[in-house]
Amino acid sequence: MSFLSIRNLSARLKGRSDQILRHVSLEVAAGEVRGLVGESGAGKSMIGKAILGTLPHSVEISGGEIILDGIDLLTLPSAKRRQLIGAKCALIPQDPLTALNPSRRIGPQITNRLVDILGWSRSDAEARARALLAEVQIQDTERVMRSYPHELSGGMRQRILIASAFAAEPKLIIADEPTTALDVTVQKQILKLIAALQARHGTALLFVTHDLGVVSKVCQSLSVLYAGLVLEDSTIPDFFHAPKHPYSRALLAATPKYTDPDGSLTPVPDAIIETTRAEVAAFDRSAHV
Amino acid sequence: MLFLQSVTLRLCTTFITLFGVALIVFFVIRVVPGNPIAMMLPPGATEADVARLTALYGLDKSIPQQFLIWLSGVMQGDFGNSITTKQPVLQLVLSRLPATLELSVMALCIAIVIGGTMALTGTRLRGSKTEAAIDIGNGMALSVPDFLWGLILILTFGVLMPVFHISGRVTPSLALPFSTNFYLTEAALRLRFDLWLDIAAHMFMPALALAIPLAAIIGQLLKQSLKETMHLDYVTLARTKGYSETHVILHEALPNAILPTLTLVGVQFTFLIGGTVIIERLFSYEGLGNMAIDAVINRDLPLIQGIVILFAVIFTGVNLLVDLTYAALNPRLRHA
Ligand SMILES: Nc1ncnc2c1ncn2[C@@H]1O[C@H](COP(=O)(O)OP(=O)(O)OP(=O)(O)O)[C@@H](O)[C@H]1O
Ligand SMILES: [Mg+2]
Repeated sequence: MSFLSIRNLSARLKGRSDQILRHVSLEVAAGEVRGLVGESGAGKSMIGKAILGTLPHSVEISGGEIILDGIDLLTLPSAKRRQLIGAKCALIPQDPLTALNPSRRIGPQITNRLVDILGWSRSDAEARARALLAEVQIQDTERVMRSYPHELSGGMRQRILIASAFAAEPKLIIADEPTTALDVTVQKQILKLIAALQARHGTALLFVTHDLGVVSKVCQSLSVLYAGLVLEDSTIPDFFHAPKHPYSRALLAATPKYTDPDGSLTPVPDAIIETTRAEVAAFDRSAHV
Repeated sequence: MLFLQSVTLRLCTTFITLFGVALIVFFVIRVVPGNPIAMMLPPGATEADVARLTALYGLDKSIPQQFLIWLSGVMQGDFGNSITTKQPVLQLVLSRLPATLELSVMALCIAIVIGGTMALTGTRLRGSKTEAAIDIGNGMALSVPDFLWGLILILTFGVLMPVFHISGRVTPSLALPFSTNFYLTEAALRLRFDLWLDIAAHMFMPALALAIPLAAIIGQLLKQSLKETMHLDYVTLARTKGYSETHVILHEALPNAILPTLTLVGVQFTFLIGGTVIIERLFSYEGLGNMAIDAVINRDLPLIQGIVILFAVIFTGVNLLVDLTYAALNPRLRHA
């Protein structure tokens, strides 16, 4: 039984027929790392937001289930649902520069969930925060805990957000392109850090990214998304040896590392985009959306 | 060190501002038509009487000369005597100041409570009918100026439903044991809640009239800036931690959203104090504003001068206070 299991999840713009997610199904087993790839606008972030309950007001879920640890989140009253999410899930956001509250010190921003939601004592929570900051290789933890976000670099803040995400020992972490906002030199370190902490804590991870190279290193399974439709759901070895969907093959070919190390990115050919679009249209007809 | 420097700079600019205000007002009130001496003398006074009194008040000298005399007096804490009451201007003005300060601060508190509640409720109930109603109410409150609100309040509460007093500062028959003119403050400190209630009931209507437009401004601006803040990543992150929407609004969004509102409230508060002039008149409230109108009617030049200077001091004081609060609330400025 998977820890997270999304079944036939559909979402659309409120009051309109524009589909954003089309019967999305995916599973994340306990301790597993699943990659979620697709072009910009495919709906990757929407899946994460649907799980965490932070969808924009303009988007509504029109069907399906999100089952977390055996409980269907979509049937829970919203207060219950938030508590459950707060206790079992965490988010590593995309942009570390905007994900920390500018008017509060770092320490309380890491410990607040532990104290307010999980009922830890303040001193326990602070000890925990210190331990996690050390784990993400921050040396002067005391000074950092007393700092305000604007006093720290982007890489430092992303480390803090990672520490904060792991602090409550969540069962599932959603990382939405956690390195795209960072300097290229820092990206690698952060990626390694996430992978190391995931392995050590045994946390399941839903990893949203554009980068198949990253997927090959960090993930065990992969879902490919196009226009809110899951085109492929494979294990990593299967995907890289024998991608099932033509779009996946094109995506793989478009990733320079797997063709020619310093060649330029080949875009997904128009013909494949065409057939994939047709597939989405055919899906819409058969699902009567 | 840096702090000391900025305070010194601030004090210097404040003095230059006050000097400028004094200079302009001094000249303007002497150039506009109307002779204070002619107004205080009974009909049938001779040319000689007028000349004698004019000389007595130093009004026969040239305006620059008069200004220098006035300024040297001010340096020694002497703002001259009122022409109408003969009392020292400083004493008169200071005796009325507490009434106006209490009224303004009460109005400000009412505005913050109403405006803040509107903004927070509107944000909590985004997209609901309540939010729409709040927006409409704010718009209406903004389109009517404070003195019209005064008239509306006098008509509804003073005449149709007389629950609040609409005239004066306190019921005249009450014996007041106060040693300062801060009636409301002193009544509270002396635990005389009977008096406090009477004074507050007198103050409430004029304070509300002053507060309504400011409440609408606070409500609108704070709601707008809360709305923008609620979309930011750190607010979303707090939601995923398991906090309720109310907690997220109050603890994550509000401390950041409040900063732009605070600056505006500072500016608007000085407008509100300006509004006391007409509102105090309307409600026969014995404060500085009411005194200002009498002084203008009587062409009581020294008194006008004194009141204007005092208003200018209050305005600069309020601005200073706002800047300090802003710096205290904003960590990015605190370390700069
Ligand atoms: N606030 C919103 N209101 C309405 N529609 C939205 C909103 N945000 C995104 N969308 C739409 O939802 C779809 C999916 O967006 P989503 O952000 O999930 O894409 P993504 O796969 O995460 O892309 P990216 O790689 O650029 O982050 C897009 O078509 C987008 O236009
Ligand atoms: Mg995204």
